[in-house]
Amino acid sequence: MSDWSRATGARLIGDRAPGELAAPRETITGNRGLQIEENLIFEQGSLGRCGIDLADPPLFRARLGGLERQGPIGLPGLSEPQVVRHFTRLSQKNYAIDSGLYPLGSCTMKHNPRLNEKLARLPGFADIHPLQPVSTVPGALVLIDTLAHWLKTLTGMPAIALSPGAGAHGELCGIMSIRAALEARGERRRSRVLVPESAHGTNPATAAACGYNVDSVSGNLQGRVDIEALRAKLDTDVAALMLTNPNTCGLFENEILEIAAAVHAAGAFFYCDGANFNAIVGRVRPADLGIDCMHLNLHKTFSTPHGGGGPGSGPVALAASLAPYAPLPWLVHGAHGLELVEHKKGKTQQAIGRLKGFHGQMGMFVRALAYMMSHGADGLRQVAEDAVLNANYLRVRLKSDLSLSFPGPCMHEVLFDDCFLRETGITTLDFAKALIDEGYHPMTMYFPLVVHGALLIEPTETESKASLDHFADVLKALASKARLGDTARFHAAPRWTPRRRLDETAAARKPVLRWHPEPIEQQAEQ
Amino acid sequence: MRYLPLTDPDRREMLAAIGVDSIDALFADVPRAARLDGPVDLPRAMGEIEVERAISGMASRNVAAGSVPFFIGGGAYRHHIPAAVDHLIQRGEFLTSYTPYQPELAQGTLQYLFEFQTQVALLTGMEVANASLYDGATACAEAVMMANRVTRRRKAVLSGAVHPHYREVCETYARFVGFEVAALDPAPGGDEDPTGLVGRDTSCVVVQNPGFFGEIRDYSHLARHCHAAGALLVVVVTEVLSLGAIVPPGEMGADIVAAEGQSLGNALNFGGPHLGLFASRDKFVRQMPGRLAGQTVDADGRRGWVLTLSTREQHIRREKATSNICTNSGLCALAFTIHLALLGETGLTRLARLNHAAAIALAERLERIPDVRVLNQAFFNEFALRLPRPAAAVVDALAERGVLAGIPVSRLYPSWTELAGILLVAATEMTTTEDMDRFDRALREALS
Repeated sequence: MSDWSRATGARLIGDRAPGELAAPRETITGNRGLQIEENLIFEQGSLGRCGIDLADPPLFRARLGGLERQGPIGLPGLSEPQVVRHFTRLSQKNYAIDSGLYPLGSCTMKHNPRLNEKLARLPGFADIHPLQPVSTVPGALVLIDTLAHWLKTLTGMPAIALSPGAGAHGELCGIMSIRAALEARGERRRSRVLVPESAHGTNPATAAACGYNVDSVSGNLQGRVDIEALRAKLDTDVAALMLTNPNTCGLFENEILEIAAAVHAAGAFFYCDGANFNAIVGRVRPADLGIDCMHLNLHKTFSTPHGGGGPGSGPVALAASLAPYAPLPWLVHGAHGLELVEHKKGKTQQAIGRLKGFHGQMGMFVRALAYMMSHGADGLRQVAEDAVLNANYLRVRLKSDLSLSFPGPCMHEVLFDDCFLRETGITTLDFAKALIDEGYHPMTMYFPLVVHGALLIEPTETESKASLDHFADVLKALASKARLGDTARFHAAPRWTPRRRLDETAAARKPVLRWHPEPIEQQAEQ
Repeated sequence: MRYLPLTDPDRREMLAAIGVDSIDALFADVPRAARLDGPVDLPRAMGEIEVERAISGMASRNVAAGSVPFFIGGGAYRHHIPAAVDHLIQRGEFLTSYTPYQPELAQGTLQYLFEFQTQVALLTGMEVANASLYDGATACAEAVMMANRVTRRRKAVLSGAVHPHYREVCETYARFVGFEVAALDPAPGGDEDPTGLVGRDTSCVVVQNPGFFGEIRDYSHLARHCHAAGALLVVVVTEVLSLGAIVPPGEMGADIVAAEGQSLGNALNFGGPHLGLFASRDKFVRQMPGRLAGQTVDADGRRGWVLTLSTREQHIRREKATSNICTNSGLCALAFTIHLALLGETGLTRLARLNHAAAIALAERLERIPDVRVLNQAFFNEFALRLPRPAAAVVDALAERGVLAGIPVSRLYPSWTELAGILLVAATEMTTTEDMDRFDRALREALS
């Protein structure tokens, strides 16, 4: 037990009496060395200050139709140094791949090459308008076409829809395309989409958004889809199966060809959630697995930065049966070279329509193409192999200390459950929070839902062996502390972060979603 | 390979530790028929120099907005981005972090999202805003679906002043999600009246201000009409800078605002990534899509931030979620927040005035050209011109003279022959008098 936890005892959220100070936090400022407290911009600004010097507008007679905005907006004024310091301090309260291993299973937190940032900012990409004459952007069309060629070659699919803004948007695109294809064959009645229990939440949410009933398919003891349970559900009422492969247990669906055959025999479509494509890129083409439709998260497999939650990009690879329904716009090879088709006409008559403003996430396309060209066909294959090797290395290093959910090799991520914490009084959440104190971002917790207290670890291929060894040593040491009854360490964690455990229940019970000026009487008291 | 830390000796040692003799053994679950023996038919790995050369070559073939007199808007605007914005968003702690699901390790992201939500609420005159959506067009479709949930009705009326891409996205969602969209005809003059279409089955009326053709209108009366009929008013804003100059939707009675935030902090990027803004009333907050950052306290009683009300979201509610959305536009929201923090109240209103002044100066120049007419009564930084010739051909002719003149409306409404002569023209703080001179001259030449 550490000195600190001995001094204070284990405390859960909300245990502290109002006004009571946390012993190790007692500095005059509330700061802790490099961790500096930072107020909101609204609490720092003053009305007259401005961080940008703009010319005086010339005299003019407004043509706003008498609708000039009246009264203050309430935005604070700050100088440039104040703004730079504010956001620098905020950045220092974040964990990032740049600062350490980020083992979030299913999220694929790999290194983001800086070349890609540089190229996306070239004026020839960043400073072009989506509606300027197409004749003035031939290089942009070539870039998009090249990206499409790489993605089609890697997936083995004949068509790719590039406009979806993120993975979930890609799912929407895929399920809409499937519905359009079914309607075109006169099959409006199919009302169900099958989704395995282990699926990402976006899968059932997408199917439901497109008007389908979600029917859950159970897994087998090996962490894969139970093919007999699937067959029992497949009938002429099923529109599609949405399957993640490799799945969210980090396992390849070894009966995938049989699954595809069964889905097709029922007249349904096979949608694959491509969130985990990074495990097989360059080694397996989804088309060869019988998949009809798969979204790719460019921010996962192809390393465009996650950016604290976006922007993403979710192109969708489509089989020939679904290609006619791809959303607008289309980029086609015409008689005069590349053509951008923005409306329904001729070949695009059956397109599902538009899913997003303009043409898609160009900034992400540039980054993803730079990533792919840097690796090449050989390097992408190596990416998949190293991702799988790293995950399996952690699997064997940890299997006797943590409890492995499924035996045998995994793909790019390895799933543990909370059996190893049984009787310790420590939960998966506590264990993860203790990992934070040791300088690591936690793994994905409590997902997938098919095992109890899941801990899903995805190291990615951009970690060195030394990095993996250190991480494994830390996890083993923590598991040992848990077994030996050092519960205070876990319950009190995290202790060294800018904030300790946050009260999420209170946040949801009485939501405070924006800053408000303090009421005048309170200000008067201070 | 510069991005892969493992060496061949590492790989051999790790395979031995795993107890397999080759990497292939770890792919044993892949059906044999689907295994590729060697690399696919694509180029091999390249160094940074070669990749930079190849991709820069593509970029150099495009005409960048900054290299020519440039007057294109239509939902994406070229504004100055202060150097500090791009510097700060490239800090690795922002750029390479994940969605802030672990709040203790993401207070930086959560705090700026809280600041962003506050800024968006203040700008739009609304009570609450979310942590962003993909873009304005998808925000518009989400707004309609939210109005459907709130009113338990399923028919949206769309003004003809709504950006055609936004309308098309709504129509796509409508077909597959299962609701109706009644869209009015495009109205360049801004004189439509949607009130007659509001019925007992109407969930919302969607208008845009300034409209796609640039016209600014007061929608207070329409808001009252909607509310009397039990419907919501959704206001779309595609030029968020306009809110520094004109009455915000919240003061006109809007229930939901769906906006494009690209103008602040974000480059044109050929249309993406952009930034969907979404704001509403407190009473509807549990029906909102997307992430929300909220204030709370930590175990020591100190103020902190978390993602909240996640019982609306797909990762908790699965098929019962308010939306399937997971990703937002986090980094674009950060750029917006930083740019607006730099501007502050004084800078924002001044920037808005500069834009309005530039557009007025341009309009006054161009309407002196014979047979060229400005169609707007009131506008912010973009207006519609009626030309005596098809605008598409004029734009092409001006592009050859090195002027990117605006958007021929026919590009977005190809089947509306009566709109063929309309050109949408935008001016911003980036537009110089010299740019206007060149436009004026080139347009006179093209029309003569």
